[in-house]
Amino acid sequence: MSDSSQGIGGLTFDKTKRARPQELNVFLALVLITVTFEVLGWLLMGDSFLFNTRDNVEGLFNTARLNIIILQVAIIGIIALGVTQVIITGGIDLSSGSIVGATAMIAMSFAQVALVNGNPNPKAIFGPWAMDLPVIVPIVVAIGCGVLAGAVNGMLIAYTKIPPFIATLGMMVTARGVSKWWSKGNPISFPTDSYAAIGKGMTPVFIFIGLAVLFYLIMKYTKYGKHCYAIGSNEEAARMSGIRVENHKILVYTIAGILSALAAVVLSSKNLTAQAGMGVMYELDAIAMAVIGGVSLSGGRGSIIGTVIGALIFGVIISGFTFLRLDAYYQEMVKGAIIVGAVVLDQWRQRRARAGR
Amino acid sequence: MSEVILKTEGLTKYYGGVHALEDADFELRADEHVAIVGDNGAGKSTFVRQITGVETRTRGKVWFLGSEVHFDGPLDARKSGIETVFQNLALADDLDVPSNLFLGREKILLNLGPFSILDRRGMRNATMEGLQRTGVKIPNLDNAIRNMSGGQRQCVAIARSASFASKLIIMDEPTAALGVQETAQVENIIKTLKEQGVPLILVSHNLRQVFDLVDRIVVFRRGRIAANLLKHETDGNDIVSYITGVKSQFAEAADI
Repeated sequence: MSDSSQGIGGLTFDKTKRARPQELNVFLALVLITVTFEVLGWLLMGDSFLFNTRDNVEGLFNTARLNIIILQVAIIGIIALGVTQVIITGGIDLSSGSIVGATAMIAMSFAQVALVNGNPNPKAIFGPWAMDLPVIVPIVVAIGCGVLAGAVNGMLIAYTKIPPFIATLGMMVTARGVSKWWSKGNPISFPTDSYAAIGKGMTPVFIFIGLAVLFYLIMKYTKYGKHCYAIGSNEEAARMSGIRVENHKILVYTIAGILSALAAVVLSSKNLTAQAGMGVMYELDAIAMAVIGGVSLSGGRGSIIGTVIGALIFGVIISGFTFLRLDAYYQEMVKGAIIVGAVVLDQWRQRRARAGR
Repeated sequence: MSEVILKTEGLTKYYGGVHALEDADFELRADEHVAIVGDNGAGKSTFVRQITGVETRTRGKVWFLGSEVHFDGPLDARKSGIETVFQNLALADDLDVPSNLFLGREKILLNLGPFSILDRRGMRNATMEGLQRTGVKIPNLDNAIRNMSGGQRQCVAIARSASFASKLIIMDEPTAALGVQETAQVENIIKTLKEQGVPLILVSHNLRQVFDLVDRIVVFRRGRIAANLLKHETDGNDIVSYITGVKSQFAEAADI
């Protein structure tokens, strides 16, 4: 098609005027924020944020800090992968944090050891039959919890047509109730070695990266991904085109539930304990990562890569504040401002794009 | 004469007490391009909505390709081979051209249920072919529909209907919101469809366009068919007389 560069009425398409991909903008923001902390570090603390300044440690970069940044965002990042898919279809999931709490409690009950220092496990939930089980059992139990919670979310939204905000708010409260009821508020501890290995060291990071790559490919190359964008973009058009919107929504929320459940496994394994209050506010952090990464709350736009970079921005900001010795109180306030700022930026960008740049 | 593709008998639609469409008898033959004209509220769009199953008719019968049909919705009609370009375009704004063309009927490279891998190159090539066949020029296929002009979007919507080699295309005022050059582009596509022998029902307000494009003109007035005229037997003034009710072939629709 040699004349395909000719538009209607002789319009031509100027490649240089094409908008920069969203992910590049987000990446530039990541670089800018990191550089800002580096500069502030030298000005205020007399130390580097990013680079290694100690003589007794090898290496160019401050690897300890970088590791903490990545490790910090890996677990909530796993949740954010699911939240990204939900938001792209035009929905929202407020239940992820509570699903983490409930799943951690239930899964941990199947991951306990029988004997602690020769004595029976003081935190035992079940009888001897549930002790020293192979690691696959708690993982399967966790995924089951995620499927159940996610599918309930999805079916509520697909069949009763209530707004996702309300459906997942209900699940948020219910699942938190389950996590408190499960052991009457007592923490569940002493997991088997194989369960504890899941969250050891940098393993959570590798799990996060593996899942991110998997869902990047799924969103980009499969029918599932295409339909997520189509539904978020124009649900009526998607339905008219023969996409089974209801089934698709149930699948999307179920996947989000599974990812929350996997995050619960990693988190409880890393902490070697499960508590009823685990995962509180995680849903908002996950949504923030997605939104900072350029996922549009109005649906249809965003990507897994964007969310991963958004998660890194999130981690850099938290770590940067700690580095600058800012109080945790201020951190929360600034976090709130960043979330709102990212949404404002998204709205502004959409208006500008419509106005024709 | 060639075979009858679409036929309606006594097609009627009431919205509560409003008789939007009454006793419409209509026929469309293979290779035929027919225009539906009439004033606002004459029942043109109502007629289209009954045929395509967007609404359920109050009364009457519809035959398509020789058998009587009751479509449950536009999707059902589409499966039978009736492609409709509606006034409000059914496109996903954030997707590019090939994704919109193949929405809901994607080409698959490897079948894995919902996670089937898309044949992206295949869809892109088929899109280029389809656009070329219909004479649609889109500057950049990978551009999201959002970034396109009204005319380009309309062309994508039409190309989508046309490229699935359907048995009947219905366009409801496809150029209503378009500029001069964009209108010309859409009219060219319609001419291409005519050459290819794809039957078409065109709802339009634009008499110049109607005389330019179709073989036969059906005039609606007050929910009834007021006239059914071959193009070469009539002219603009004649059509206007039927639209305004000065003349009528059928007594019920005339101003008495």
